[in-house]
Amino acid sequence: MGRLRTISRRGFLVGSLAVGGGVAFGTYMAQRPLANPLATAVADGEVTFNPWVVVSSDKVTLIGPHADKGQGVASSQAALIAEELDIEFGQFDVSFGVPSPAYYNTAMADEGVPFMSTDTSVAAETMRSIMGGVMKIVGMQGTGGSTTMPDSYHKLRYAGAVARETLKQAASQKTGVPVEQLSTKAGAVHMPDGSSLAYTELAGIAATLAPVERVTLRDPSEFRLIGKPMQRLDIVGKSTGTTTYGIDAEVDGMVHATVVVNPCKGGPLEGYDDSVAKSMRGVKSILPVTSGVAVVADNTWRAFRAAEAIEFKWGSAPYPDEQQEHWNEIASSFTDERLDSVWRDDGDVDAAGSEKIIEAEYKSPYVAHQPLEPMNAIVLVTDDQVEVWTGHQVPILLQQQVASVTGHTADQVIFHNFYIGGSFGHRLEFDYVKQAAEIANQMRGTPVKMTYSREVDFAQDFPRHISMARGRAQVENGQVKSVDLQIAAPSPINSQMGRIGIAVPGPDSQIPAGAWNNPYALENFRMRAYRAPELGPTSSWRAVGAPGAGFFFDCLLDEAIHEAGADPMEERIRLMQHDVSRKALEAAAEMSDWGSPLAENQGKGVAFVESFGVPTVEVVQVTNTEFGIKIDKVWVACDVGRVIDPINFENLVQGGVVFGLGHAMNCEITYAKGMAEQSNFHQHEGMRIWQTPEIIVKGLENGEKVRGIGEPPVPPAAPALANAIFAATGIRLREMPFNKFVDFV
Amino acid sequence: MKLTINGTEHEVDVEDDMPLLWVLRDELKLTGTKYGCGIAQCGACTVHMDGLAVRSCQVAASTAEGTEIMTIEGLGTPETLHAVQEAWVEHQVAQCGYCQSGQVMQAASLLDLNPEPTDEDIDIVMGGNLCRCGTYSRIRAAVHTAAKKLQEA
Repeated sequence: MGRLRTISRRGFLVGSLAVGGGVAFGTYMAQRPLANPLATAVADGEVTFNPWVVVSSDKVTLIGPHADKGQGVASSQAALIAEELDIEFGQFDVSFGVPSPAYYNTAMADEGVPFMSTDTSVAAETMRSIMGGVMKIVGMQGTGGSTTMPDSYHKLRYAGAVARETLKQAASQKTGVPVEQLSTKAGAVHMPDGSSLAYTELAGIAATLAPVERVTLRDPSEFRLIGKPMQRLDIVGKSTGTTTYGIDAEVDGMVHATVVVNPCKGGPLEGYDDSVAKSMRGVKSILPVTSGVAVVADNTWRAFRAAEAIEFKWGSAPYPDEQQEHWNEIASSFTDERLDSVWRDDGDVDAAGSEKIIEAEYKSPYVAHQPLEPMNAIVLVTDDQVEVWTGHQVPILLQQQVASVTGHTADQVIFHNFYIGGSFGHRLEFDYVKQAAEIANQMRGTPVKMTYSREVDFAQDFPRHISMARGRAQVENGQVKSVDLQIAAPSPINSQMGRIGIAVPGPDSQIPAGAWNNPYALENFRMRAYRAPELGPTSSWRAVGAPGAGFFFDCLLDEAIHEAGADPMEERIRLMQHDVSRKALEAAAEMSDWGSPLAENQGKGVAFVESFGVPTVEVVQVTNTEFGIKIDKVWVACDVGRVIDPINFENLVQGGVVFGLGHAMNCEITYAKGMAEQSNFHQHEGMRIWQTPEIIVKGLENGEKVRGIGEPPVPPAAPALANAIFAATGIRLREMPFNKFVDFV
Repeated sequence: MKLTINGTEHEVDVEDDMPLLWVLRDELKLTGTKYGCGIAQCGACTVHMDGLAVRSCQVAASTAEGTEIMTIEGLGTPETLHAVQEAWVEHQVAQCGYCQSGQVMQAASLLDLNPEPTDEDIDIVMGGNLCRCGTYSRIRAAVHTAAKKLQEA
């Protein structure tokens, strides 16, 4: 039984993660409270109640340790604290804080357990609890997997409540009024006589008190902020060019640098000629870095230009040179030897009725992250410490990685996080920071700002993994009877973690993510994942496995439904056993007026993909014009349990749809001579404003758990578009990007 | 060479062919203008040159000499927002926000030339400005709002 095999192998992962973090495993460790990193930093007259709140005599500071790469979590984390602390936007500062195990992510492990998110059995919850304990032990502070809200929803409100109750205690001590008669509002404690004391006036007394830990969280019906439209804290800065991103940071005495590293990623540098470059204006030095060189100059453009003047002799890549060889390797991975895991084996796919059999093969290409802020970092190395200024999602691992370059200990690495100009997974990687550290380590005492050119960013990106699927479905009496899906891919998690020396044994849940876990009640359903060897290095790309595997599963299902002669929406609803998911389908049907008449050249497609615990339904309507496919309109219904800020929620869902559609339409990374053939946005464009349809969003709140919305809108976009194009044209698209087969207007 | 940026004259010692973008960012520390692609494919570096939107990565410093350059810092400030910026705040357009300086500058230029743009006008003129986060729906709505604000002003 595949599931059991999976669980026992995941048990191994529990141990290995702990070892990877360098900390022994034990229940005691998992239960012990973690030290508050703010405690050693507070000055006289300041008070910190927990790792998220500091009050001094002149301001209140809320710490949002999750990195903000556009998803607005600086604001939404603050809102969770402020909700219970009774303080308004505008009355507090926010900070990303310092790296600390106290900020370990309580939700990140959920995606790693081999249980469907809809499975709330004791076994599933126990496994999540164990994995959560591991995250605590290794102190895994991290942003990713759409976990900021799941991780923060309870604990940040609790942090706010503890601070509030302790401040009330301080006010009681100062005024003699019993705590029960005190109330809090807008950053102050209010006395029955109408007088009030601002929190800042109470910092000194509160610092002498033990935090009041026994607090009751408010009922959602009392929420002032959560669920109401908010103005993001960063919105004015980002509308006026005054937000400082890492690439904008300035450190006294800083020099500007760039790197050129072997575009055959992982291949060696065999030689170079910098005779022209080194005498170019502004060039200070040309230094070695791993598999390449750095140009240090007095201006970024001068560094770029000198880098272009260097002639390199590159060694070959440790993976096949040509893209077709990558596909060949994937295609030959559907074998017993490469079986990674059997994720579903319900009923008997072979014994099912065989009135009609559908067989199809699907492909999902390498796709680049390419956030608009190129990778960059400032590093200053001195003999006894290292300072790093950049945007990153995994601060503690960053400290370890930088320390491994410079020879310091991890706690000697000081990290300053920034608002990040997009990530989509790239800011989980460490190479750009390590390269900056390599340069700065050769120029101790001088701060070095390293910036990738866009071309280097493309060349050194770690794209989404390629994958292929072979599907077989059977239909009978107008219904889908069986689905048998096989997916082959290299492991993105193994590639990503391997770069930082962490082995991840066991099956990779991201190979089948978005396919195996859809909560349909298919009588006969088999889902097998095959592990291809690592080809080009890959990484987590927004939603990781689900954009590929979700595309495979949903399109195969759509083909089967069509063969059965059933309605795509009705048959999905009939098959859906999970109540919350079925309601999302029904909401999408209603919003999109599914079934209403369309013109001859129009079509609607629906797709359902569950990722990160969020059932997400997208309906796409297209028109087949004489110049190509026009995307008319998109409707989205998804369930996150609770919407924190409806404005930001809508923006993230719309953006996720644009991201999913745009890459499915026209993006892929292909290799030739071991190098990515795409070097800038003209070859990997995504969606432009003129292609962007109206996108109607509905956030449902039927789910029991609070979920994140950063990634889930991406996976259903491609299959919904493919299914819509089929409905409009009769053409089945089984391979991304779709512009290989149809034109878009 | 002398460059006039946001009404202030600056003396800079740079090559004739240094792109204006890098003069702004690395020489004058005006970092509101962003580097995205370097080849005029993303629009993050958009500034106004004599009132017209240009990609500062494609404008040589020597070309900018003798012109009036306006960057996002000159358009408005957090305290005194330009109508386009007010609209951007009202619609909460930004996600990561990295492209938005360029979007705002392009939109301000569009509204200078065409005070009442249709969706199609917006799509054409804003089409060169890439937003990887996909905030296009809000950009379109915010341009319409900014147009109204400017008309009423």
